Order: sequence, then C-alpha cells, then structure tokens
Amino acid sequence: MQPDQDKAGSKLGEALDKIERVRVHRRQKFNLRDTHITLSHGSGGKATHNLIEGIFAPAFSNPLLDRMDDSAVFAVEPGASHMAFTTDTYVVSPLFFPGGDIGELAVNGTVNDLAMAGAKPLYLSAGFILEEGLAIEDLRRIVTSMAGAAARAGVSIITGDTKVVQRGKADKVFINTAGVGMVQAAWPMGQAQARPGDKVLINGPVGDHGIAILLAREALEIESTIGSDTAPLYELVARLLVAAGPALHCLKDPTRGGVATTLNEIAMTSEVSIALDQNSIPVRPEVRGACEILGLDPLTIANEGKLLAIVAPEKAEAALQALKSHPLGREAAIIGEVRAEPVAMVFLRTDIGGTRVLDMLVGDPLPRIC
Amino acid sequence: MKYVDEFRDGEIARKLSLEIASISAGQPIKIMEVCGGHTHTIYKHGIEDVLPSNIDMVHGPGCPVCVLPMGRIDDAIAIACQPNVIFTTFGDMMRVPGSKGSLLDAKADGADVRFVYSPLDALKLARENPDRQVVFFAIGFETTAPSTAITLLRAKAENIKNFSVFCNHVMIIPAIKAILDSPDMRLDGFLGPGHVCMVIGMRPFTFVARDHHKPVVLAGFEPLDIMQSVYMVVKQLGESRAEVENQYARVVRPEGNPKALEAMAQTMELRPFFEWRGLGFINHSALRLRPEYADWDAEKRFEVPGIRVADPKACQCGEVLKGVIKPWECKVFGTACTPETPIGTCMVSSEGACAAYFNYGRFSMAAQRSRLPVINLTPAPAVASAPASKAAAVVSKEAN
Repeated sequence: MQPDQDKAGSKLGEALDKIERVRVHRRQKFNLRDTHITLSHGSGGKATHNLIEGIFAPAFSNPLLDRMDDSAVFAVEPGASHMAFTTDTYVVSPLFFPGGDIGELAVNGTVNDLAMAGAKPLYLSAGFILEEGLAIEDLRRIVTSMAGAAARAGVSIITGDTKVVQRGKADKVFINTAGVGMVQAAWPMGQAQARPGDKVLINGPVGDHGIAILLAREALEIESTIGSDTAPLYELVARLLVAAGPALHCLKDPTRGGVATTLNEIAMTSEVSIALDQNSIPVRPEVRGACEILGLDPLTIANEGKLLAIVAPEKAEAALQALKSHPLGREAAIIGEVRAEPVAMVFLRTDIGGTRVLDMLVGDPLPRIC
Repeated sequence: MKYVDEFRDGEIARKLSLEIASISAGQPIKIMEVCGGHTHTIYKHGIEDVLPSNIDMVHGPGCPVCVLPMGRIDDAIAIACQPNVIFTTFGDMMRVPGSKGSLLDAKADGADVRFVYSPLDALKLARENPDRQVVFFAIGFETTAPSTAITLLRAKAENIKNFSVFCNHVMIIPAIKAILDSPDMRLDGFLGPGHVCMVIGMRPFTFVARDHHKPVVLAGFEPLDIMQSVYMVVKQLGESRAEVENQYARVVRPEGNPKALEAMAQTMELRPFFEWRGLGFINHSALRLRPEYADWDAEKRFEVPGIRVADPKACQCGEVLKGVIKPWECKVFGTACTPETPIGTCMVSSEGACAAYFNYGRFSMAAQRSRLPVINLTPAPAVASAPASKAAAVVSKEAN
C-alpha cells in the first residue's frame, strides 16, 4: 500500500472513531454541569433531561418513575386492573392565545399524558397559583374554559387548591393539574417498546401550537391564522387500541421539544434508530412560512393536540385508517420507520434526498409555551 | 410552499449532481462556502449526500457569532450587568461562552438580557422605557450592519438618548483575503455570501478571481441554489476560467444596495484593526460608530474591560473557521464541546460549522462504521486530507 493511501485510511479510521465516541458520549447518562437554572432547563430538550436525570431521578428513583413515561402505570393492588397517574404544570404566556387558553391547555395536556399510557382519563385535580392583581374576569374565563375542556375530554375535576402570591412573584396564573385514568391496553406499551420494522404515525400537521403562541406575543409583527392545536386525544387513542391491538407499541405526544425531541427519547429508551421522511411529515404552509422566517424547525416546535404512534408494520395501515376516521386525525400520515441501527439516533431523509441527523432540541427558542 | 419548494426539488438536485460529476470527472475539488448560512443549508438538507463524492465543501469564516473573540463577549456581559441596563441581542449570542459564562448565565444571575429579532425592536424598547438604558449588541457582517445603521439614524433623528449600540460588525472581504493569504490554503473555488453581496455587490470579489485565480459564485441559500452554484464553480474550473458569477441574481444586483451602503457610511467607519476568533487581528476588518454617533456608542457610554482573552487551549475553532480542519477533527468536538455545553463559538450558532455538523451531519459516518474495512479497500484520492466523510457517504448511498 502506498504511504498516502495509508495516511488517508488511518485518517478515515480516526474520523470514524471520533464519530463513534460522540455517539457513545451522546448515549451516556445526562450530566448536569450548570450551577443555576436557566430558561433552557424548561425547554423540554436536552437541558431539561439533564436537570431531570441530574436532580430529580436520582433523588426519587423507583421502578415506576425510572421508566420515564408520560404517566406512571401501576396496579392499585396485586391482580387488579392498571391505573395511570400523571401531573403537569402550565405557565403559558399569554394566558389567551389563538385556538385556546391556559385553562384548556391545563386539562388537555394532562388527559393526553394519561391517554399516551393507553388509559381512559377519569379524574383531574387542579391547583392554582394566582398573582395579586389578576382580574377576576380573566380567572373566570380560564376556569370556564377548563370546565368545558373537562366535559369534552370526559373527565371530572374532583379536587383542587388555590394560592395567591404578591405581585411580581408569579405571572398572573400558573396551573397544576394531576390526573388518573384506567389503562385499557392489556399489553406493555411505552417508549421502551419500539421495535425495528415498526412504523411511525402522526395524526396531523406539526408545529401549530408553538407557532401560534410565538405569533401571539407582541414582539413579532407577523399576522397569521394559525391557532393552537390543543385537543384531548383519548378518542383517537381508543380507536387506535381497537384497530392495532398489541401491535400498538408506543404512544407519545410531541409537546415541548416537538417531534424531534420525542422521537429521540423513544429511540434512546428503546435502543433503536428512527428514520423519518421529511416529505411525508405534514406541516401547514403558514407554520412552514413562519419557521422559514424565524429560522425554526417545525420538528422541534411544540404540539398540544398531536400524538406519535409506533405501530408494528402489519397493523400500520389499519392504525392510519383508524386515525383518519376521527376529525383530529384527518391529516394523519405514516412519517417514518424504526430501524435497528444506529442505536439511539433519529435521522431524516431530507426534502432534496440527503440524510441528516435529527437531534433533540437544544436551547429554548420560545420559553413558556405550555 | 410557493417560492420555497421550487428550490428543494430532489429530482433537479440529482440531475445537477450528475452534471457536476460529469464535468469534474472524479477530480477532487475543494470549494469553500464562505457564509455560515450556506453551511447551515448544506447540513440541514444533507447536501453533501447529494453532491458527488469528489466535491468537498469546506466551511468558511462567515458565521458572525463564531468569529467574535471571547473578550468581546466578556465586554458585552460587563455592559449587561450594569445597573439599569436592558441588554438586547440576537438569540444565538445568548449562549456563546465568554471567559466567565454566557449572557444566558448573566440573565439567570439577574441581568436584564432580552432577545430581539431586529435592532429596531431594541430602539422600540428604549422608547417604551425612557428611564432605562437600552443597549443593542450589534453583530454580523455587511448583511446586518445596514439595519444597525438605519436604527442609529432613526435614534439620532428622534433624539433617543437612552439607546446605544455595542458595535461588533465585521466585514467579509478582509477575512477572505486572510484565508487566501494563509499558507494552509488549498481551495479550488468559493461560494460567495449571497446576503452580504446583496449589500456590497459583486465588485469587491473581483480580486479573488483576478489575483488568486479562483472562481467565485455568489450563491443563494436554498438547497438548489447551493447545488447550482457548485455546478457553476465546477464548470469554471472545467473551462479553466476564474470569474465572479452571480447565481443569486434574483436578490443580488451587481452594484449592491447603494442606500444600505450610504446608511452604513453615515454612521460607521473602519476600525484600524479588530480581533477575529481563530484568525487573529485583521487590519480594517470591522466597523465602529463614527464620532458623530459617540452619544449612541455603548463602548463610550459604559466602562468595558476590553481585555483580550485567549481561546480555551483545547478549542480549534480557528482552524475550523479557516477551513484547515473539519469540525470532527477538533479534539473536543462532540465530547467536551457540544451544543449544550459549547467550548467554542462554532458549536453555538446554527450557522457554526461544528454545531451544524454535530446536529445534522454525522449520520452517514456513524451508520457506516461497521463497513470500515470495505471503505479501506477503496484507493484513497491523491490528496492526503481527502474527505473521509465522502468515502463514507458513498458507501451510504450504495447501502441505500
């Protein structure tokens, strides 16, 4: 072999070693190096993971929590049916935005976390932190909206709490809701269950919620008709459970961090690779336009009425039809598939036919979106 | 989406790639895309996978966040931490590390740092907060300098005294000169920065073709713009020509934008020298406010430390910015230095080569690791630093 061939060969080996090191590094347990909380810790992306893995998970560790699914699933007593339990806190700004408000979000977000565990949502709690000076009329609007959303989702709000803090110690209203539901799937479902060959489905266009919130903030003078997609998803889930049965391996709602972050979580937990086809992913033209102008990627933008379903290939078409049979799934699509290699990575076949890695969201393009 | 989809047609991209392959006939060709916007497009759309494997895209110094030295970030943080200041900046700059943390850290410590999409938004903040000092952290090449200039003109016209600009505008031509004069230079041609040319026009690039005999194609920012521009560079090389050509004619006029240049000339003047990250001090390479605008100059209004801070030893942003090494060849790439914990600036901005490479670019190599022996059997091109990524990309295409 000629010397320069040797050199090029070893250079290539070095490059591949480096790439492998990065991949291993990326799969390592998250490492919290920060000394203070910054807004990125709330983004739902990498920094949030660092915070959870660095602070909460080690302190609270137990088998139910360690699964890190959207809801904890447990039997009330040995042999009894399974229950799902979850909680979420809402700090969205502004309180009222096109397509919804903080109250509707506080109901839908929590019932959707239950639905993603294959559970029929039953009961919610509601905790309010109110800032001194909040208009009672605004609170009334929010609470009325919550009641409407609860009725639509088929849940009752059965307990609650209220705290008031001085002006400036909170921003108008923060809401926490917790929910319980009965698990309907008699098979293991969750973000560890994706298998090579499975198809990835979504129930409609991505990015509506995040862009609606962003454009509702005054600073950007872009006018649009985009509204939040906030919606309760259990009815869709019920249809999927019937249509796909045990072939439904995982459900997850791509909220903060968007489709990119959510699929990375699945790829890491299931130790698989996920390949997406950019041309198959539905995105509204207005959302694409806003993303082009603002330099954002629709795949990292939050949704509040979308679900990702990982379904075994033989039932993928049935699952797609089940989604399409419901108004919230009319624009459903199969957007990708699960592969064996490279483990813990999501990649995208781009619009012009190239390939690129689709990573989790880093940093926070828009804080306080839910 | 109209006016975007037309520039992202996979079929046309494949045809252009075949044309490029046929003209270049397997000759290894290194083309530098000067602008960070191009780097971003190349990685975001996976263009390296679509280009023939003998075409090597080398990433240039045109990322305004990346070229700012650490000392200037420290100065910015010092201003932001002054009492009564609202410090405004573009989003990317928030996470760039100075010697003692980033603006995001300063914000967490209580500094009022806000991100804006335009300097005019910062001026609006100044109008709305007459009892606060609003400072705009102006960065960028000739692309963003006109909007800073127009904001200054307006601030002066309206006599808004609680507004000032921390000016860090830099100019692309001196940086390209520095790269062309560098002994490491092994480039065959350039993609010129379309948005800068929209302001400065085509003429400033003629020296590249005339004195250095390298083709320059002023390129747009959509995937097919890049593909067509590469085709135009390769065609010039094939015909032994070295000229400045304009692929981005729908935006770039040969004379540039005289109004923008006029606004810049009214408000800003050349600095004798300015430090660039990785490239060192370059004469007449940056802008500062003219003396008539001293009242709006944050460097005059506030005490700034102005201390030169050496880059972290492990960081090789300089070599990356000059195109001497690929991002993955840096010792800390992807391990100590990642987008969440950046050491160097190239890992921060979405236009930075390292961040683009980390976020988008490393799939084809990672996926093909198991095929390393196969790749090894392929004779390497004559140039020792031939792009390993290309070899892997070829295999990846075959695998598909």
